Amino acid sequence: MSLYRDQGVVLRTIRLGEADRIVTLATRDNGKVRAVAKGIRRTTSKFGGRLEPMSHVAVQCWRGRELDIVTQAEVIDAFGRVRADLGRVGKAYTVLEVVDQLSQEGHVNVPLYDMVVGALRVLEGGDSPLLVAAFVLKVLAAEGAAPELDVCVACGEDGELVAFDPVEGGALCRSCRRGRPLGPDSLALLRAILRGGLRAALAEPASPVTDDVSALVTESIEAHLDRRLRSLHSTVVR
Amino acid sequence: MYTGPLQALIDELGRLPGIGPKSAQRIAFHLLKVAPEDARRLAATIVTMTERTTLCARCFNVAEGGLCSICDDPGREPGVLCVVEDPRDIVAVEKTREFRGRYAVLHGALNPLEGIGPDQLKVRELLDRIGPEQVTEVILCTNPNLEGEATAMYVARLLGPLGVAVTRIASGLPVGGDLEYADELTLGRALEGRRPVDV
Ligand SMILES: [Zn+2]
Ligand SMILES: [Zn+2]
Repeated sequence: MSLYRDQGVVLRTIRLGEADRIVTLATRDNGKVRAVAKGIRRTTSKFGGRLEPMSHVAVQCWRGRELDIVTQAEVIDAFGRVRADLGRVGKAYTVLEVVDQLSQEGHVNVPLYDMVVGALRVLEGGDSPLLVAAFVLKVLAAEGAAPELDVCVACGEDGELVAFDPVEGGALCRSCRRGRPLGPDSLALLRAILRGGLRAALAEPASPVTDDVSALVTESIEAHLDRRLRSLHSTVVR
Repeated sequence: MYTGPLQALIDELGRLPGIGPKSAQRIAFHLLKVAPEDARRLAATIVTMTERTTLCARCFNVAEGGLCSICDDPGREPGVLCVVEDPRDIVAVEKTREFRGRYAVLHGALNPLEGIGPDQLKVRELLDRIGPEQVTEVILCTNPNLEGEATAMYVARLLGPLGVAVTRIASGLPVGGDLEYADELTLGRALEGRRPVDV
């Protein structure tokens, strides 16, 4: 067994035994880590609220065969303003679920770590209708799975794009159209998020267009993961 | 590994929460040595408990048919509700002797990652009690963690339009602890929940 230090975001925790929890972290240098926090459910635990889901923490752990053991945890950012706002909590849950699904134990993914920390910081600064969509698009792009938005994903023609198929992974021309209809405003917003217009996109007020973009990006990530995101289909989120 | 009935018991015990294969084996071998009437009494107690224990028709606390002992107690104040996640939390609150109202057990907390939404909890049932029981105050006593806080915020939002006073239990520093060991979230909550000191 060896001791290591790392920084990570707590993705989720599950109860273990009488008073412990298994904490799942997206760490910078060790990829996804599952570690036991002993005694954490006791009100007198030295961990206190340091390993709550969503918290950005610095940890020290023993490496174990199956599960590691957390020996120390310090909070870098607990994202208190996100926690106090149910709408933002819902968005954070989706961000955490996406990261949990995409990251693997023993597989370092620094860009993903940077993106989750970045997304939570943005959310701490203020709510945005497109926060989840922008995060997911950036993640898909980093995975090499960004949707095709310039030419028809089916025939390669660069004419007018009028539909979007999340399974096919991009926009479609009039003759190939299937999936959901794609308006010019939605297409422009998708392109903006991926090409330097992120800040402006995040400042967009909620509208049918932002709803449309969110729905379309959600379907894209679910197609990519080949599974539904539980947090998106819970009524709390909305 | 062992003869039929012994292994069957080890398997059954191993399915219980918090009991691993080693503990299951130890308990089974202990039971092997006890007198037959003790074993029979244990078995009968388990069966009786599972057959007779129900959920209170009003608050979903554990009960023995109909209402639980708290709902059945005419001395409890009907207008004040304490909302908890689990019947075991009622025991914890009762031990304080600070609360004289009734309870509402949600049977869990919102957890979008596990697919637990309001429909999986006894939220509707809680709202349906406000009018008939003339509830004036609801104390949200869910766990002070992300799921518990989200549940409290959600329930508070639904209770808002019903015109009841909604309070959240204070969370903060454990009595007997040192301030320097407190984490940011806990200390932050403690500061938020500060109260005037009599001088
Ligand atoms: Zn085409
Ligand atoms: Zn009852």
